[in-house]
Amino acid sequence: METRLQRDVNGRGPEQPPVVHALGVRRSFGSRVVLDGVDLDIAHDEFVAMLGRSGSGKTTFLRILSGLDTDASGEIRLPSARANVFQEPRLMPWKRVLDNVVLGLRGPGVKEKGRQALLEVGLVTHEQAWPITLSGGEAQRTALARALVREPQLLLLDEPFGALDALTRIRMHSLLEDLCRVHRPAVLLVTHDVDEAILLADRVVVLADGRISFDIRVGLDRPRIRRDPRFDELRSVLLSELGVEERGSPKRITPAALAD
Amino acid sequence: MDEASVIDATPPVEKALSQDRGKLGRWRLPRSLRRFSGPLLVIIIWQLLSTVGLLNPHTLAPPIQVVRTGWDLIQSGTLGVNAWASLKRVLVGAAFGVSSGLVLAVLGGLFRIGEDLVDSTMNMLRTIPVLALEPLLILWFGLGEPPKIVLIAIATSFPVYLNTFSSIRGVDNGLVEAAQTLGLGRGGLIRHVILPAALPGFLVGLRYSLGNAWLVLVLAEQLNAYQGLGYMLAQAQEYFQTNVIVVLLAVYGLLGLLCDAVVRLLERRLLVWRRGFSGT
Repeated sequence: METRLQRDVNGRGPEQPPVVHALGVRRSFGSRVVLDGVDLDIAHDEFVAMLGRSGSGKTTFLRILSGLDTDASGEIRLPSARANVFQEPRLMPWKRVLDNVVLGLRGPGVKEKGRQALLEVGLVTHEQAWPITLSGGEAQRTALARALVREPQLLLLDEPFGALDALTRIRMHSLLEDLCRVHRPAVLLVTHDVDEAILLADRVVVLADGRISFDIRVGLDRPRIRRDPRFDELRSVLLSELGVEERGSPKRITPAALAD
Repeated sequence: MDEASVIDATPPVEKALSQDRGKLGRWRLPRSLRRFSGPLLVIIIWQLLSTVGLLNPHTLAPPIQVVRTGWDLIQSGTLGVNAWASLKRVLVGAAFGVSSGLVLAVLGGLFRIGEDLVDSTMNMLRTIPVLALEPLLILWFGLGEPPKIVLIAIATSFPVYLNTFSSIRGVDNGLVEAAQTLGLGRGGLIRHVILPAALPGFLVGLRYSLGNAWLVLVLAEQLNAYQGLGYMLAQAQEYFQTNVIVVLLAVYGLLGLLCDAVVRLLERRLLVWRRGFSGT
């Protein structure tokens, strides 16, 4: 197994190279092949959502890009400035909010940058709070601030809103959209929530059977609304790509979906 | 800065049950005083039994006599000198024992090679009754202070080792991964994640350790000691001074309580993040 990792993508020419370039990424656990040649490029400040059923390997792919899984093979080019937000906030309970945000950063003005990031997520008054006192949404906003303060060229999100209640999730969606508009990182959002993918992403890809099986650009204007008929249409397409048929939908079930 | 008020020690079960009882509106003693009423009752019964003659003063001295003896021992300075000698042994022995237990736990917890070397050895050694080492220690270190200190050091190192080791191993992997993505190196990971996560376990171990220290000390001081509470205890036993024995038991209890209070204070200071109390 061979992994070629080339870091630091600095080229910003008229034809910018992609921020993420993954070609033929493979990963297996024992005899079980989870990723069987994933090809994915992500352009500068492009927001890509990756959909997949549970067990489809989307989290594995994200962990490979995060550097947490080093046993994959294939060609991967990544920027060095990356940041993660996980499904759980994963804050250090023994560090106050601000210290969590700046953890691992060095140099002068780090605290000030941390405060700035907390201001952006609306938590500047909580900088001295202990994580245990935060609500689920506040903790996840802290995790978002912790990612943003690193000024990532690539933001990796692993179902970051999956554990939040529906109301908090709506607010987090608009917060993330706003933050991305300002900071313009390339984003890879892994999720199984089709609506979330359509609401946020410039492009949606579906991971199935270890490969990218579907890749579609979301052409809807922002802010997007679920009532838009094109939203509905896209949702149906993506759901059927995922092997799920909506009730009352006249679409046929594809043989590929039955085989899974 | 009243930290005590932040912790509500009443278990939820009891709280739920007491809600009904409150309505009866009976008289209520402050909680802190009520906690003393049980032991007080025991002492009163003990005194009564002695006064009536049911308890022989040669078997067990009555409380009033014990208090008087205690006062005399304090006045003459005997108690102070001996208690200080014992406390010093505990502090020095525990300092060695706790720090070596901690170092071994960190080595065993963080490095595979450390685990292979340290953990099996510690788990084998901990099954040996520490007091059985006394004859060997006397042979090695002579009759003076060293064997006592070493005995306490050994007895205090195991609880710290076991608890710290297991909590280092129990660190949430999610936090470790998060730290890695935040760019923390090995040193940063140990300092910002693993050690803070192991602190609660270490403090539990510390509490057990100090309890062990006093336990071992009593016996260590009864052999070849010319000072210390254990020595006083052996002397009192020789002369059937049950009053002195009871005084000494009480002093042991108080010193144990003192050590426990110190660790509790440490916990309160070091583990504020668990309760989310942020005012300092």
